[in-house]
Amino acid sequence: MTSNRSVIRTEGIKKAYQMGEEVLWALQGVDTHIDQGEFVAVMGPSGSGKSTYMNMIGCLDVVSEGRVFLDDIEVSSLKPDELATVRNQKIGFVFQQFNLLARTSALDNVILPLLYSQIPDSEWKSRAMHCLELVGLAERSGHQPSQLSGGQQQRVAIARALVNDPVMILADEPTGALDTHTTEEIMTLFTELNDQGKTIVLVTHEPDVAAYAKRQMIFRDGSLVADERAENRRSFNIDDYQASA
Amino acid sequence: MNLLQLFRIAFTALKLNVLRSVLTMLGIIIGVSAVIVMVSIGEGAKAEVDKQIEAMGGNILLLYNDWNDRMAGGTGAVAKLTDGHAAMMEQEIFGIDAATPIVRSNAQIVAGPLNWRAQVEGTNNGYFITRNWDLAMGRQFTAQELQSGETVVVIGKIIRDELFGASDPIGQTVRVNNFNATVIGVLEEKGPDSRGDEQDDVVVMPLKTVRTRISGVSRNNPDQVSYLEVKGADNVSMNYLKDEITSYLRQAMSVRQDQNDPFRIRDMAETLESRAETQAIFNRLLAAVASVSLVVGGIGIMNIMMVSVTERTREIGLRMAIGAKPDDILNQFLVEAIALCALGGMIGIGLAYAITRIMETSYGMATLINPEIVVISIGFSALIGVFFGYYPALKASRLQPIDALRYE
Ligand SMILES: Nc1ncnc2c1ncn2[C@@H]1O[C@H](COP(=O)(O)OP(=O)(O)OP(=O)(O)O)[C@@H](O)[C@H]1O
Ligand SMILES: [Mg+2]
Repeated sequence: MTSNRSVIRTEGIKKAYQMGEEVLWALQGVDTHIDQGEFVAVMGPSGSGKSTYMNMIGCLDVVSEGRVFLDDIEVSSLKPDELATVRNQKIGFVFQQFNLLARTSALDNVILPLLYSQIPDSEWKSRAMHCLELVGLAERSGHQPSQLSGGQQQRVAIARALVNDPVMILADEPTGALDTHTTEEIMTLFTELNDQGKTIVLVTHEPDVAAYAKRQMIFRDGSLVADERAENRRSFNIDDYQASA
Repeated sequence: MNLLQLFRIAFTALKLNVLRSVLTMLGIIIGVSAVIVMVSIGEGAKAEVDKQIEAMGGNILLLYNDWNDRMAGGTGAVAKLTDGHAAMMEQEIFGIDAATPIVRSNAQIVAGPLNWRAQVEGTNNGYFITRNWDLAMGRQFTAQELQSGETVVVIGKIIRDELFGASDPIGQTVRVNNFNATVIGVLEEKGPDSRGDEQDDVVVMPLKTVRTRISGVSRNNPDQVSYLEVKGADNVSMNYLKDEITSYLRQAMSVRQDQNDPFRIRDMAETLESRAETQAIFNRLLAAVASVSLVVGGIGIMNIMMVSVTERTREIGLRMAIGAKPDDILNQFLVEAIALCALGGMIGIGLAYAITRIMETSYGMATLINPEIVVISIGFSALIGVFFGYYPALKASRLQPIDALRYE
């Protein structure tokens, strides 16, 4: 199922936050490896470092120690400008709060990443429309976020994440603000995208959501405590890890 | 991203908050329009003077008796300028086109049931040369009329309109104080002078007629005139002419070495120009004061840009997450500030244009908006945008993507 091409590799990454006198280690040495085409659910109790891990591999924040490789580029040593380019070309973000620009049409929201790319502006509209079709919102392209339901807004955000044809999609609790039915729709969409070959990493608290993924990583207290693929997940029980939070 | 796209983003952002954008621009709008209005009043005054000097035909010297000096000297027997001096100067001094004696008085002019109080100038045909003033109809004085002081008049446009309306005044009789005079000519319309006095409200007669019948003859100086007007030739320096006239008159009036000139010479063009220059300097000073409001406007822009950066921290975080470089964010906010200022500047220019039009049409003030000041003020307000927009934009670009995204 998984090809050999590595999308993410982390080597002993640590992240420290200074809290007054004390130093808080949000990540304390995490080694992970994600190949192209994988669908990973990152789980664990609140405060276990899931978001911190996502921010590191998403090039939104820098590690205190260790190294991060994205598409075989060592991103932990890049400068802000280079990181921006990497984010633009290789990563598509989906956020819990959608983060769409208000009073801006769905189409223009999807076009946004293209503004910062090398792609010629003559292609912008057709690319964005294509992505809106993929998420089933082509006929809503002129709508503004306030005129769309939560699920539709998240679809627009997913279209935006796809528009630069990134190597992976990072989603931090993408269904956290959605009801069960809409959650199912969004997860079905992610599954379809993964079937088409997109690498997807998503953070979630819900086992139902994690069940869509083919692999689950469990964090606790800043460490990776379990990493299992679906085929040998028979003995796996998320509650073992959640309960101790 | 190119500049056009940056401006599109900026205008989209400004459009989302129209009222705030307009209020923010207000300082710039007022500042720019105040500066332009002030400068254009000064420029207008100067242009008006140039027009008057041209109408005057340039090179005019005004010679008049120095009454102050007589009081200072206290002798009472100081010589006065006469029509004889005018005639002699025309012949003796090189570079004089005409030297015209003028006796000034005023009189009641009556034609039928209508009457009008007018300024009367007694002179000769040189008047039409030094004043650069042609006749709209009729003729100048004949030698005979000047010689014997006949009762003939050339009237100004206003007198003609007041007393004759549309009917032909030539050959008509008017009563001047207590004698009848025949209208022989009508002067062309000249309009008000630089002080706003009507120049067309005038009656011109032979010098001798005015002296004997209206103003009366001075016992001490029977040939005395109110003033002399001298028109210099085109290629003659006015300073040279002043020197020549001074030395000629001192000799002709037998003024001793240790005595001051009993007359004054005024260069009309110079006087007008220096008055306009004073006004222009004054207006430039006002413009400088007005430009302080531009700076205040700039601070207003800075303030609102700071608010805008804070308000849109999450947007900044999002843009960074999807690939905006720090410079992209810097440019975005900088262009927004510049767009605000430039737009404010343009509205300010429009407002200034409207104000100057109103001043011209309603208050008769001369104004002149020259293209230079328009370009300068747009450039200057854009510069204010750069200056006051830079710090907020820099602040925005220095945000860490993750901190900006998390901002609540
Ligand atoms: N900017 C920060 N400054 C200080 N401490 C931070 C910061 N961000 C995260 N932390 C701390 O790091 C730890 C890990 O945080 P993180 O956000 O990664 O948790 P999480 O697993 O995503 O939790 P949740 O499920 O609640 O989202 C927490 O203890 C948190 O308090
Ligand atoms: Mg989290």
